[in-house]
Amino acid sequence: MEQRSTTTEATIRALAEANAGRPGALLPILHAIQDELGYVPESAVPIVANVLNLSRAEVHGVVTFYHFFRTRPPGQHTLYLCRAEACQSMGARELERYVKDKLKIDFHETTADGRFSLEPVYCLGNCACSPAVMIDEDVHGRVTPERLEALLGQG
Amino acid sequence: MASKQKIFVPSDTTARSVGADRVAAAIRDEAARRGADVEIVRNGSRGLYWLEPLVEVEVGGKRLAYGPVGVDDVASLFAADFLTGGAHRLSLGETESIPYLAKQNRLTFARVGVIDPLSIEDYRTHGGFRGLENAAKLDGAEIVKIVTESGLRGRGGAAFPTGIKWNTVLNAPGEQKYVVCNADEGDSGTFADRMIMESDPYTLIEGMTIAGLAVGATLGYVYIRAEYPQAIRTMREAIARAEAAGFLGVDVLGSGRAFHLEVREAAGAYICGEETSLLESLEGRRGMVRYRPPLPAIKGLFGKPTIVNNVISLATVPIILDKGAEFYKNFGVGRSRGTLTVQLAGNVKQGGLVEIAFGHTLRELLEDFGGGTATGRPIRAVQAGGPLGAYIHPSKFDTPLDYEAFAAFGAMIGHGGIVVFDDTVDMGQQARFAMEFCAIESCGKCTPCRIGAVRGVEVIDRILGGVNEAANLTLLRELCDTMIAGSLCALGGMAPYPVLSILDHFPEDLRAREAQRRAVGEVA
Repeated sequence: MEQRSTTTEATIRALAEANAGRPGALLPILHAIQDELGYVPESAVPIVANVLNLSRAEVHGVVTFYHFFRTRPPGQHTLYLCRAEACQSMGARELERYVKDKLKIDFHETTADGRFSLEPVYCLGNCACSPAVMIDEDVHGRVTPERLEALLGQG
Repeated sequence: MASKQKIFVPSDTTARSVGADRVAAAIRDEAARRGADVEIVRNGSRGLYWLEPLVEVEVGGKRLAYGPVGVDDVASLFAADFLTGGAHRLSLGETESIPYLAKQNRLTFARVGVIDPLSIEDYRTHGGFRGLENAAKLDGAEIVKIVTESGLRGRGGAAFPTGIKWNTVLNAPGEQKYVVCNADEGDSGTFADRMIMESDPYTLIEGMTIAGLAVGATLGYVYIRAEYPQAIRTMREAIARAEAAGFLGVDVLGSGRAFHLEVREAAGAYICGEETSLLESLEGRRGMVRYRPPLPAIKGLFGKPTIVNNVISLATVPIILDKGAEFYKNFGVGRSRGTLTVQLAGNVKQGGLVEIAFGHTLRELLEDFGGGTATGRPIRAVQAGGPLGAYIHPSKFDTPLDYEAFAAFGAMIGHGGIVVFDDTVDMGQQARFAMEFCAIESCGKCTPCRIGAVRGVEVIDRILGGVNEAANLTLLRELCDTMIAGSLCALGGMAPYPVLSILDHFPEDLRAREAQRRAVGEVA
């Protein structure tokens, strides 16, 4: 366990140092960490702060400002459900009730079996084929509860 | 030996979201099974989204379309000899003659859906880089003059004249200047930026490079929302290829002038579509709105003079530099010159991208292009201009698409997104959502937005719940006024507009619900 956390910290430091020279490096660094680890662990905050010569508060402030960065490990797959107006006009509210009921979780939570995390998203730019969801990086359009059930079964 | 038969299967996010990848695979397999010598080109989407996956074949120099194609249709398409244009249930004829497309004025979107997005050769064959070649022979002031004369206004939503913004940056003193592309397309109902980046990325690269040459900026950033992973991948690849081919880099087209481009990934904050928040984010901070002045054109990214333009504004620059200011200005009406890239979205039968000269009415778009609602029910309202735009009542559908005509009744064209709702919509819930969204996305810097939006949700809940309905309706209007007058930026300053439009035009929905009234004893 201790060894694993040491490795994680080394990874975080390496990613931070690799990007530190870029102007406005903090977001690229946080993206690199999340791409690598799936989330931005609490332990990243002091390391990144140290590398960029920022205060921990500044780094924490940025991590928590942006909806996209998560501070806990996600499930195997993340289901982003669009809650915005175009999708609302085509039944996104019903889809939201269905998926929460089906997965037995609320937004920002992960299913008990660890397979799915559920996140709200405000527009995937798929508004002509609403309602839309994104599973990991794949967008699906004209999603009905039946279609979503099939997609979740594949996941 | 005959050349390979080309089959075009779109690869943009929306086409893929309704199965284009599976269709492409099925075509490949079926062609192999039949021993047909085909080349599958993954073009971008034409934006006729109700027809996606829209498969095209090239016969006698013409593109013929079939759609919407499902995996199950592939065998019968081959059986009908679609490779040579054979008739089939899904035949749509020549793509360019499909009325939805034929009636458009595709200037900015001329190549979108036509070419292989990453092929520089395709891009050049279809007129690409001609604008940049012209610009490379001009000095900065001459380029700015052409853009100013074209009448192009910011397509992100604010509609500020692009040439005037560029001129400010050109004349601002500074060794280092920047060009920033706002590709944080967060408004629901909009996807034009995504389409450009996924389907014709070199247009944006060319436009940004021209902007760089115009104002003497050597570095540009494309700030793309994290919700667009495919656009991010495509832009990064396109930048790398453009650099390798000499269109970007230390010596753009041998002009002796340098321009470099980099993609930066946003992180899911709607407010970062506001230009000063975007700059904060690019600098590595929370996306908190800045006070103005100073304008970003004077003190922008890292405190340097910076052009911040939307994707569509920048992607329109190449055709202006190619065909001239006059050519572009001749489209449009009044002070709204050129074309608007309308995005028909939501509950609409024929959703998609409609690039059309300003001046056509909303009704033409909704009926002639959109074909009414997807559900077949009457349209109750449309929301134009994103989550901060007013809900428009059908009595206003004869308004022409013109920035000033929309503003005259408290609405906005914004980024051109039009979201259609049928008569089952609950406008009370839409009003509540406008405030809820503002509360979720507020950067928190100013009180009217940060607190006002939260209070707005609470007040609407009380109204819908039948608590002091009349007093709370008055309070809601006062709250809206406060937010509009006191907020630092457009988020808090405009989130009340959809709410006010519902109070004014759909008041029957923003009142206590029968069941709830019964619960509090108001209804016998």
